[in-house]
Amino acid sequence: MPKITYKDFRGDTKTIEVENGLTVMEGAIQNEIPGIDADCGGSMACATCHIYVDEKWLNKIPKAEEAEEDMIDMAFEPKKNSRLSCQIIVNDELDGLEVTTPEKQT
Amino acid sequence: MKKTDVIIIGAGPIGLFAVHQLGIKGLKAVVIDNLDKAGGQCIELYPDKPIYDIPAVPECTGEQLTTRLLEQIKPFKTELFLNERVDEVDKERDNWVVKTNNKKEFIAPNIIIAGGVGSFEPRKLSLKELEKFEGKSVFYAVRNKEHFKNKKISIFGGGDSALDWALELSKFSKITLIHRRNEFRGAQHTLSELRKLEKEGKVSIKTQCQIEAFDNEKELKSITIKFEDGKKEKILTDVILGFFGLIMKLGPIAEWGLNMDKKTIEVNPKNFETNKKGIFAAGDICSYPGKLKLILSGFHEVALASVECFKRARPNEKYKFEFTTSSKTIQNRLGKK
Repeated sequence: MPKITYKDFRGDTKTIEVENGLTVMEGAIQNEIPGIDADCGGSMACATCHIYVDEKWLNKIPKAEEAEEDMIDMAFEPKKNSRLSCQIIVNDELDGLEVTTPEKQT
Repeated sequence: MKKTDVIIIGAGPIGLFAVHQLGIKGLKAVVIDNLDKAGGQCIELYPDKPIYDIPAVPECTGEQLTTRLLEQIKPFKTELFLNERVDEVDKERDNWVVKTNNKKEFIAPNIIIAGGVGSFEPRKLSLKELEKFEGKSVFYAVRNKEHFKNKKISIFGGGDSALDWALELSKFSKITLIHRRNEFRGAQHTLSELRKLEKEGKVSIKTQCQIEAFDNEKELKSITIKFEDGKKEKILTDVILGFFGLIMKLGPIAEWGLNMDKKTIEVNPKNFETNKKGIFAAGDICSYPGKLKLILSGFHEVALASVECFKRARPNEKYKFEFTTSSKTIQNRLGKK
């Protein structure tokens, strides 16, 4: 199973195995990773699963759709490498992916 | 103080269907919601997105679901109190007294909390120190245009609210529109009008930048924005308007003495009662073993809660289970002859 590393804003990291087909958000929620709220449950409607993707992984993930960018406008402190973790589907190629959760979601 | 049988907190699909389940049992209810319209997340987060798992409705949007529920509860003539956030819940003998932020008061033997993930509040700017200017020079909504005349206004956001107000307020104030990326998601014709004004020097548009600092004095005088390339710019500003949409906050619910599991309220799945007698929770906000956050689960939850509400509101009457198809009493309540 691909390993995903979740880093919080302080720099503490947790690496967990996430099943292929799940989203990075689901991986976090199922493993009680703090820092991701996912209030809307993954329907790309709330921007509370906002994360920063490690620069070297940005090109390996399909680009954000316009609707996702629109939601990121509303996220807390969006940056260039901002994504919604509910829109990143885990597969073998993402083994080793590193994401950072923001200081807060709202 | 308004007296009723059940106070429903939340006008989302579950709160609305609660009105139906209570209504067919002959109970009166009021519905209170912090938003300015009924529908909850269905109307605020995904009015146009399709829902495929409402039984017997192969496909409908959040807005259609809301419209149909409102139609379904019409016969009960239930009052909806919108733009009201429930702040306090207190016990008064066998009743509960509910107070809203606008000082409205309700009393009933039952409360059904169908609050979803909490109440919708405007998302704020990330600079926490700006809080002290809120309501004075930092706003997240325009209530009275008069307050925004002859000012230097910095408007943040890329959606319709930001574009519409930039255009409207530019008639009598100096506007700087600030957005974190080049693309605006608001209506393109509004954007072209703004671009026209920008060429004429009447509006200033800054993109790929965010607020970094502000003049930390008694009054707001200027802000500093930082562009993606690292450049900074100072903008004379005496009013900031932020339009970043709404966020759900659990809010005061956490302080009512209910047993909570993270952001949800623990209930007994037999009748969806919380640890407080007469306070029920249903829909996304309740938790019990096996809970699924589905609209259809919420419908079931309020159906069961309504039975317990009946017993508490009519202690001297016996609850009689009836089908809508065959009960004359229910059909009368629904206005059918």
